Amino acid sequence: MRLILFTLWLAVLSFAIADTRKGTLVQQAPPQYVQLPNPYGVNEAAARAGSKLYLRECAACHGEDAHGIGKAPPLVIQDVTRAAPGALFWVLRNGSLSRGMPSYAHLPEAQRWQIVTYLKRLR
Amino acid sequence: MFLGPFVRCSSAAEGPFFITYTHQMEEPGNLEISFKGVTAGQDGGERFLGVADEFEYGIKGWWTTEVYLDGQTTTGENALFTGFRWENRFRILPREHWINPVAYVEFEDLNGADKSLLEVVGHDAKADLGEPNGLTRREKQREIETKLILSSYFKGWTLAENLIAEKNVSHAPYEFGYAVGISRPLALEARPEPCSLCRENFQAGLEVYGGLGTQPHFGLFQTSHYVAPTLAWALANGTLFRISPGFGVTATSARFLLRFSVTYEIQQFGRAARRIFRDGQ
Repeated sequence: MRLILFTLWLAVLSFAIADTRKGTLVQQAPPQYVQLPNPYGVNEAAARAGSKLYLRECAACHGEDAHGIGKAPPLVIQDVTRAAPGALFWVLRNGSLSRGMPSYAHLPEAQRWQIVTYLKRLR
Repeated sequence: MFLGPFVRCSSAAEGPFFITYTHQMEEPGNLEISFKGVTAGQDGGERFLGVADEFEYGIKGWWTTEVYLDGQTTTGENALFTGFRWENRFRILPREHWINPVAYVEFEDLNGADKSLLEVVGHDAKADLGEPNGLTRREKQREIETKLILSSYFKGWTLAENLIAEKNVSHAPYEFGYAVGISRPLALEARPEPCSLCRENFQAGLEVYGGLGTQPHFGLFQTSHYVAPTLAWALANGTLFRISPGFGVTATSARFLLRFSVTYEIQQFGRAARRIFRDGQ
C-alpha cells in the first residue's frame, strides 16, 4: 500500500513539476537538446519526407497550412520558425500531456528530424 | 462515413504487437477502431475463430480508454457473443525516459466460451479452448485485470514488457502473466514520395507471452507460453494490417495460433463529433 501511495505521489509531483516550467513548450527544451544539430540540415528530400509525415501525423490538429486549429497553436510563428532544430526535436519526442500535445517518440529519430526539417521551412 | 468531411485518418502508429502494450497512448480526441481475430486448429478439438472488436479513444494525453466486444465461432457450433471488456491506461510520467511506465486497469464481463485470447494468465491451457460452447457459455467471468506496462524506444527499436495480475471478482486467486515484445520498422527514414509498399510502412517484431501461475501456485509449472513473430503494414489511408503466427512452447500451450487484425484510426473524432452535435453540421 505504501508503495502504491508513493508511486501516485511521485506521478502527481512529476506532473506538477513539468507543468510549472515557464515559457512556451519550445522554450522548455533542455540545453543539451537545443544544441543538437539537425542531421539533415536543409536537405530537400528530407523536407519533402517531413512534409509527408507532417500531413499524416500533425495536420489534423495544427492544420495542413500549419495555421493551427482550435486549441492547437499555429506553427508559422517565430517561436517555432526561429527555434533551434534540437528544441523542436525535443518537443516532438516528449510532447506535453497537459497541453494535449502527444509524444512522437514512437516515430524513429530520423523521421522526427525529417519533420523538424520541414517545420524549419514554414513561413 | 458520416464524419468524412471533418476528419482525416492517420496511419495507426501502434506497433505490430497483439498482446504486448507499449507506453504509446492514443492521441487525445482520436478514435481507433480495430478488428482482431485469432484462430487455431485444436489438438483433438474443433477449429475456432475468436474475435474482438476494439474501440480505443484518447480522452487525455495521459488517459486512453478502450471497449472490446468479444465473440467467437467454433466449427460445428453456433457463433456467439461472449462479453465485453473496458480498459483504461494511465501514463504515469509526463516526459519520455529510458523506460516509461503505464498503469492499466481493465474490467471484463465475459463468459467461459470467450476465445479472443487477448492475454494468457495463470494456468490457461489448450484444454480450455476445446470445451463445448454449450457448457462454457454458462460460466461467468467477471474479472479485474491490472498491468504494469514498461516500454522504451531506442534507435528505432521498441522494447516493451508487461506484467499482468488478474482477479475474478468472486472468490478466486490472483492469476499472473507476462508479455514481452520487441519490434522495429524495416526502414527508419521516410521516403519523400507517398508510397504504400515502401519499407518504412512495415514493422516486424517478436512477442513472447504466457502465464505465471496463480497466487498459491506461482511459477511456470503447467503454464502456457507462446513465441510469436509479428508483422504490421500501415497504408497511407490510415489502415493498419497485422498478422502474427504464434507457436506454443509448452505441453499445455496450443500448438499454433494465428492472429490477425485490421485497424483504422480517425483523427480528431471527438472534435468532429462535438461539432456535429453543437452546430448540426
